[in-house]
Amino acid sequence: MGLLDKQFTDDNIIITKVEDLLNWARLSSLWQMGFGLACCAIEMMATSASHYDFDRFGVIPRPSPRQSDVIIISGTVTFKMAIRIKRLYEQMPDHKYVISMGSCSNCGGPYWEHGYHVLKGVDRVIPVDVYVPGCPPRPEALLEGLLKLQEKIRNETLVSKTA
Amino acid sequence: MKNPEEIFEILKAKFNEVIIELISDKPTESFITVAPLEIDKVCLYLRDKEGLNFKSLMNLSGVDDANGEKIKDENDNEIIQGGTLSVFYHLESIDLKHKVTLKVSTDRENPEVASVEEIWRAADWHEREAYDMFGIKFLNHHNLIRILMPYDWEGGYPLRKDYQNPEFYKGMKVPY
Amino acid sequence: MALKTEEMVLNMGPQHPSTHGVLRLELVIEGEIIKNVTPHIGYLHRCFEKHCEVMTYPQIIPYTDRMDYLASMCNEFGYVVAVERLMGIEVPERVEYIRVIMAELQRIASHLVAIGTYGADIGAFTPFLFCFRDREKILNLFEITCGARLLYNYIWIGGVMHDLHPDFIRLTKEFIKEFRPNLKELNDLLTFNQIFIDRTANVGILPAETAINYGITGPNLRASGVNWDLRINDPYSIYDRFDFKIPVGKGENGTVGDCWNRYYMRILEMEESLKIVEQAINQIPDGDVSSAIPKRVKPPAGQIYSRVENPRGELGYFIVSDGSVNPTRIKVRAPSFVNMVVFGELCKGHMVADVVAILGSIDIVLGEIDR
Repeated sequence: MGLLDKQFTDDNIIITKVEDLLNWARLSSLWQMGFGLACCAIEMMATSASHYDFDRFGVIPRPSPRQSDVIIISGTVTFKMAIRIKRLYEQMPDHKYVISMGSCSNCGGPYWEHGYHVLKGVDRVIPVDVYVPGCPPRPEALLEGLLKLQEKIRNETLVSKTA
Repeated sequence: MKNPEEIFEILKAKFNEVIIELISDKPTESFITVAPLEIDKVCLYLRDKEGLNFKSLMNLSGVDDANGEKIKDENDNEIIQGGTLSVFYHLESIDLKHKVTLKVSTDRENPEVASVEEIWRAADWHEREAYDMFGIKFLNHHNLIRILMPYDWEGGYPLRKDYQNPEFYKGMKVPY
Repeated sequence: MALKTEEMVLNMGPQHPSTHGVLRLELVIEGEIIKNVTPHIGYLHRCFEKHCEVMTYPQIIPYTDRMDYLASMCNEFGYVVAVERLMGIEVPERVEYIRVIMAELQRIASHLVAIGTYGADIGAFTPFLFCFRDREKILNLFEITCGARLLYNYIWIGGVMHDLHPDFIRLTKEFIKEFRPNLKELNDLLTFNQIFIDRTANVGILPAETAINYGITGPNLRASGVNWDLRINDPYSIYDRFDFKIPVGKGENGTVGDCWNRYYMRILEMEESLKIVEQAINQIPDGDVSSAIPKRVKPPAGQIYSRVENPRGELGYFIVSDGSVNPTRIKVRAPSFVNMVVFGELCKGHMVADVVAILGSIDIVLGEIDR
């Protein structure tokens, strides 16, 4: 499925489908919106820091939604914040992807029952591509979530966006 | 360094009927109950009086006593009518190393307490929070608006014991 | 003729890389000068206090973790101390030592995040990586103790979840040995860096009188020259057994109570915490860690205000109990919540760029402000 398996043996020419090329470009430089919500944001920071090094997957935090490809919802989404998250998501250019990190943004987490100010799952306001479970997920889990997202992008077609 | 009994005596001598009683039953801490509309004068005295020097407010918290009558409304939800809401003030003197707790109780239907925000600026957000969560009105507070909940929240005061969640907030479903 | 100027409102946050979470600041500026700052909070209000009213006392511990998520151990510690005082539980010696070790390691980890992100906020990204490298080692220590990296649920009412890992003492000693030189390296890299000093010294000066009136606590208060630390001044647990100093701001590079002082307090406190951990792991006795855990936590009716020194200041729990298994009311006096009130005062008259420097030096955690 990679690009290199159709390489000629003696020349620097690669033949591939436009789709594969675009997908490959897209999945290898997923710029993440530098945006933390709660406890999970600390694990997200730890993932970008020295030990886990998010950079090696091409993930760089961008402070602006207009320059980012993926938004990681890292933490509890409250009603007050949900409106802003929706707006930030709308400000991102297509193709945009959403990783929901942690139980809170998946489904409300420990606050699902009595949280009068907690949105029970960010998927009630924006579409989510990958859910990463955990409270908080370990950095490895977030990395796995990112790999899942890359896999999803790799199988996208130009005809219609599946992710 | 003074214990709550001594502080109570000093306050009683100065303010008389404003100071209601000293409640101390071990193992919990003792507290002095004060009339809600005079609490600011008592606090100002406690802060500035030589030998008391309560220069800092550690904590201010609203409490729903839930001691009113529990009745059912038309939707069969339990609501509380009558009774009181309380505010606890935890004061401390950093130089003299003593502490005291004050309590005011106010009517649940029309909860009004004098603000101590002018005396300790630390009370500013605490009072706003108590207003946000319990609906306690602090008179003379310069900016008594909601602090944690959205400014346009219409669901009521969440930490009251008979609080009912609204079904929707701006099109988002509130219950799970 | 003087140019006509007018005030402008600048919105900062809730999505902003330097607001340490979801804080929104409404800045009224005239040119570059701040006229007024209004913080808007509540974007992370997770209804902690409502949850307390429907949970039993032990069930609340995981929720306390999620308030100040950078100092979970200290939050649990404060909560169990409050409940134990209300119930009159004496905990075994070994448990006290374990708790102190955990709380002090957590303090170092928390300060490392504070320092790292502060550096990143004002343009020095490398210290961020250095700090997170060292923090990762502390998290590994926590992980072998209780299996979690960030939110532990380790300190229980009357005891701790389970005993230390056999390797814990050795690994902690190794960590201390490794960390001391790293701290010096961090000082060379950031603390005494002239650019950093120029950015932070004499910015956001907080006089002691104002600090006390605003209820500021923790490193921020000590940076203003007030010698006040609950571990010494209102001792809880076994802090009176250890030999450590309370760093107080002296204004080495500017004025007492400026941003640099607030930052420097955290560096000095990490050294003191290392000393406490060192003493504690040398003195720790053997024993059972779960003997005092009550089968049923049912405190007597009444109320208590109990407080501990968190990395950010005084963390107080006000618990009202009616004698049942759930508390009637728990109010948390979160240090960041109170420290944040003064923020508007500090910013007045400074430049827009200084807002970030001042905010970072107060070291807020939004999870705790909004609860």
